[in-house]
Amino acid sequence: MAKTLYDKLFDSHVVHEENGTALIYIDRHLVHEVTSPQAFEGLRLAGRKPWRISSIVATADHNTPTNGWDKGLAGIADPVARLQIETLTSNINEFGAKAYFPFMNKNQGIVHVVGPEQGATLPGMTVVCGDSHTSTHGAFGALAHGIGTSEVEHVMATQCLVQKKSKTMQVLVNGVLGKGVTAKDVALAIIGKTGTAGGNGYAIEFAGSAIRGLSMEGRMTLCNMAIEAGARAGLVAVDEKTIEYVKGRPFSPTADQWDAAVAYWQTLHTDSGADFDTVVTLNAEDIQPQVTWGTSPEMVVSVDGRVPSLDLAKNEVQRADWERAYAYMGLTPNTPINEINIDKVFIGSCTNSRIEDLRAAAAVAKGKHIAPNVKLALVVPGSGLVKAQAEQEGLDKIFIAAGFEWREPGCSMCLAMNADRLESGERCASTSNRNFEGRQGQGGRTHLVSPEMAAAAAITGHFVDVRGL
Amino acid sequence: MDKFIQLKGLVAPLDRANVDTDAIIPKQFLKSIKRSGFGPNAFDEWRYLDHGEPGMDNSKRKINPDFVLNQARYLGARVLLTRENFGCGSSREHAPWALEDFGFKVIIASSYADIFFNNCFKNGMLPIVLSAEIVDNLFNQVFAAEGYKLDVDLSAQTVTTPSGEVFKFEVDAFRKHCLLNGLDDIGLTMQHQDKIKTFEAKHQQAQPWLFN
Repeated sequence: MAKTLYDKLFDSHVVHEENGTALIYIDRHLVHEVTSPQAFEGLRLAGRKPWRISSIVATADHNTPTNGWDKGLAGIADPVARLQIETLTSNINEFGAKAYFPFMNKNQGIVHVVGPEQGATLPGMTVVCGDSHTSTHGAFGALAHGIGTSEVEHVMATQCLVQKKSKTMQVLVNGVLGKGVTAKDVALAIIGKTGTAGGNGYAIEFAGSAIRGLSMEGRMTLCNMAIEAGARAGLVAVDEKTIEYVKGRPFSPTADQWDAAVAYWQTLHTDSGADFDTVVTLNAEDIQPQVTWGTSPEMVVSVDGRVPSLDLAKNEVQRADWERAYAYMGLTPNTPINEINIDKVFIGSCTNSRIEDLRAAAAVAKGKHIAPNVKLALVVPGSGLVKAQAEQEGLDKIFIAAGFEWREPGCSMCLAMNADRLESGERCASTSNRNFEGRQGQGGRTHLVSPEMAAAAAITGHFVDVRGL
Repeated sequence: MDKFIQLKGLVAPLDRANVDTDAIIPKQFLKSIKRSGFGPNAFDEWRYLDHGEPGMDNSKRKINPDFVLNQARYLGARVLLTRENFGCGSSREHAPWALEDFGFKVIIASSYADIFFNNCFKNGMLPIVLSAEIVDNLFNQVFAAEGYKLDVDLSAQTVTTPSGEVFKFEVDAFRKHCLLNGLDDIGLTMQHQDKIKTFEAKHQQAQPWLFN
């Protein structure tokens, strides 16, 4: 029978099934400091040990500062944050891991950047992490989803996850993306169409010529945002780009194993004739650079658009949502997007902090300077390796000359757990994934955009179509 | 895990869609390495007028009188009535921990984000899905009657209103079994450890590179 990629991945990991509830085997468990301490504590209290230590790859990212590294751990002013980072180290020392990249290690970084760049994420794997953006790893044809802390403990103890099979959705994007239109714009355009709940209960496979045309970085950006469409998992079929990306990474297979792996990975695509529960179609040519205007990723329009007026709301609940969003964002309906001035810029996060993202932003910033009304423009590479690569290419110098701050890797102002945050009322062009109330700091106003669009906003001081710069 | 069988509780209405887990428990409280004590900071940015940080004496903070959960008539609520896509965003289990610590055992909405929904069951909480029409109807009833309580019976899979109206709800059989008996997932899974070992050995043979 013809199978979808999701079916293949799910079915090949079923250990046991009873009344539609399955135990699925987990190949890779990514761990960070925020959602793991209670899980380790649970193991300790129950006298349990991790089932398979070699499945665990850990790093500290959410709480880590992006400057002041010369002071080491002592540079983390917040003692509660410092304790959490130290607790991860002591837990890994006690329980073990295949690899651990602690705070300030040269390989440290955002867990969803580190996994792929180390080859710790491979096609065909099941990947979990106590983090909703684990969907990122689906870009490799891996079944990857975010889990809660109880499940982190469950996976550590049993190497399995209790799962019901999701419904399947295919998002087909055919055609060629225009210049200046990125994977981020595709992701936001999809969410604009499906809504943030549109993917609830689904695993989404992104397909079509525009998706095949994306680099692995772009596919990671797209799968990363699958969770913002409500889907726990996003997927892209394996192709030559996937295999090329994985080749030669520290944890990738070598020699004979490599050939066997590639032979298997080449089967990781949806069979022709396989059925999806839902299909959503977009034309690549119709997608323009996107800017969110409200407090949910679905509140999004093209850069040449306006903040929508209430008569466009589909029902009473959405009307109330939009009214709250106007008030929180300090915007009035019908305001042209390109007349919205910004205070800060954040280029980073597990969505858009990879080398390709930094190159694209630097190309826009090169030889220019941030606008006087921009108080702070942060560039936070996704990992130590991304940072080193960028510096080797001279991107850091371009950013610094343009007035940006060049920081150490981590999650940073995507969720503002560390010192990088918006003050109340500040407006930010951000390459991150969530524009929720308070996400980047209490009272902060977030507009989600691509790295190119964030750099363009930094230069002009307001949103602007990067294609016209 | 605590059992959940039946509960008759005061209902609090949170009348908004797409309530995200950042709103349920803001990020600064995620620095804790404990599993308890999040209740006083549930909905922190909506509930208080000042900025909250871990370690503050919450009893001395300025309350936002407009926030629904601060209204006297809803104090002691055990059932949270809300709108579609509740619990979207971050996978943080601190969100159900905070709601549970605040006093909620039952949530009623027309839909939930998947990870949040799943996390509730791991903590002895019951998230109930009812149609948008029924949810609308319940909002009207809660607003109209002070002290409004719902009777939730997991065995019978029913929600009963004070006037005796009964709404059936669906719940996954495995999750229901775990909640009714207060069963720990890990213990249940370990009953299958021979199967896990057998699968693992076969899996390693087929894809040895996964075990390097």
